[in-house]
Amino acid sequence: MNAARNQARDDEPRSNGEVVPGGGRPVDGERAVLEAPDINRALTRIAHEILERAKGPEKLLLLGIPTRGTVLARRLADRIEQVEGRPVASGSLDVTMYRDDLRLRPARALGRTDLPKEGVDGRIVVLVDDVLYSGRTVRAALDALNDLGRPTAVRLAVLVDRGHRELPIRADYVGKNLPTSRAETVRVCLAEIDQRDAVLLRGGQR
Amino acid sequence: MMRHLLSTADLSRDDALLILDTAEQLAQVSGRSIKKLPTLRGRTVVNLFFEDSTRTRISFEAAAKRLSADVINFSAKGSSVSKGESLKDTALTLQAMGADAVVIRHGASGAPHRLANWVDGSVVNAGDGTHEHPTQALLDAFTMRRRLGDLDGRRVTIVGDVLHSRVARSNVHLLHTLGAEVTLVAPPTLLPVAMGDWPCEVSYDFDAVLSKSDVVMMLRVQHERMNASYFPSAREYSRRYGLDPERLGRMPEEAIVMHPGPMNRGMEIAAEVADCARSTIVEQVTNGVTVRMAVLYLLLSGSEPAIGGNQ
Repeated sequence: MNAARNQARDDEPRSNGEVVPGGGRPVDGERAVLEAPDINRALTRIAHEILERAKGPEKLLLLGIPTRGTVLARRLADRIEQVEGRPVASGSLDVTMYRDDLRLRPARALGRTDLPKEGVDGRIVVLVDDVLYSGRTVRAALDALNDLGRPTAVRLAVLVDRGHRELPIRADYVGKNLPTSRAETVRVCLAEIDQRDAVLLRGGQR
Repeated sequence: MMRHLLSTADLSRDDALLILDTAEQLAQVSGRSIKKLPTLRGRTVVNLFFEDSTRTRISFEAAAKRLSADVINFSAKGSSVSKGESLKDTALTLQAMGADAVVIRHGASGAPHRLANWVDGSVVNAGDGTHEHPTQALLDAFTMRRRLGDLDGRRVTIVGDVLHSRVARSNVHLLHTLGAEVTLVAPPTLLPVAMGDWPCEVSYDFDAVLSKSDVVMMLRVQHERMNASYFPSAREYSRRYGLDPERLGRMPEEAIVMHPGPMNRGMEIAAEVADCARSTIVEQVTNGVTVRMAVLYLLLSGSEPAIGGNQ
């Protein structure tokens, strides 16, 4: 039971479960590759890039993938509103039911899905996640969106792209490209959940 | 490891909350234009019904289909059971067909427990004799939580034929686990003899507890199980234990009225009460599908189930 609740969302060695050892503090052998100001700058840049490409916030809908993607989508939405002076729609999209690795692990708890009342039809949906790795989470998100309606376009924004894709998927907006080995672990900490902002890297042969 | 949902007494508070929270998320699916999730694709759910039921069977069928599982409906009428096949042989047949889950309703208390020893898949109790009906209790708790918020400290009064009611039994255990205070109200003849270990209060006076209830759940008078005279007349029962508009008026403002269905209108519940805004009877049916989806998801989606007692 608890195993199901604490299950990290991904099949990859990436820690984003609710319970993180050491909270926001780096544990042994972890080093920060991005600090709070770096994350801040990256999000500001991504917000401008999203706006520029969409030519205004009207049709935009930022959908975060729980748990940390939701926080990032919220922050991007706030930043776009500061720039434009107009609110932009945001929400969260849980993809658990669409994952391809459900049978490899015990059944897991679902995350939140929050969509605006108007739905996704005719919107430019920007999926937001913390780490892009195998691409399987994004595939699940695309399938989930397909059942919810027909967006005009779907784009992808991630804070960290660590490579090692297993599917033909790429991000439109990337905070930082972080070349890693598969033996390494990337952990994203966000103040709303982990009491501090940082991207931490651990393990692997250098 | 085999895991099943046989009794609400097996559910820990964490298990119960996980089911309700999962159902809360799945409730959104009922409001979408595409009411389907791919999660249980390729899994087979058998509905094994030895007793008549409309809403429970349809509800389980809808739940399984919304999760993309294949559903096989089996009712005792018109099957080999009427030729004298035993429960065990039926179970072995299902096992041979590769059922991932068996949803069973049976007239004999304990039949799902027996079945759980004979099949590899998950067994979900959809009502066994006068024993338990766990998914009904879960959907009742879910309905209460949606209307009233957290159940901690809420006072729930269950009125009527407790003796024959599997719904009452399942609710007493589950609501106690969730922190609610349960009072059973019934004529002495319709209460079980040994209730010493039930985590609830008992009263014979409906009017005394009425004004202190957040939820009033009416139970059906089960004519089909009444092989003795438990009360003098239907009229007297209705007078003392029926919920009429006058009694509804004496309930607290926010209190809700529930009934697991099917109802005997005019017997345990007046038609005006059943159809009023404070009645959740129709919601309970909608929520039934959602809660059963949550149970099937948690039992079947992973490499091992997330809930349920060991068998």
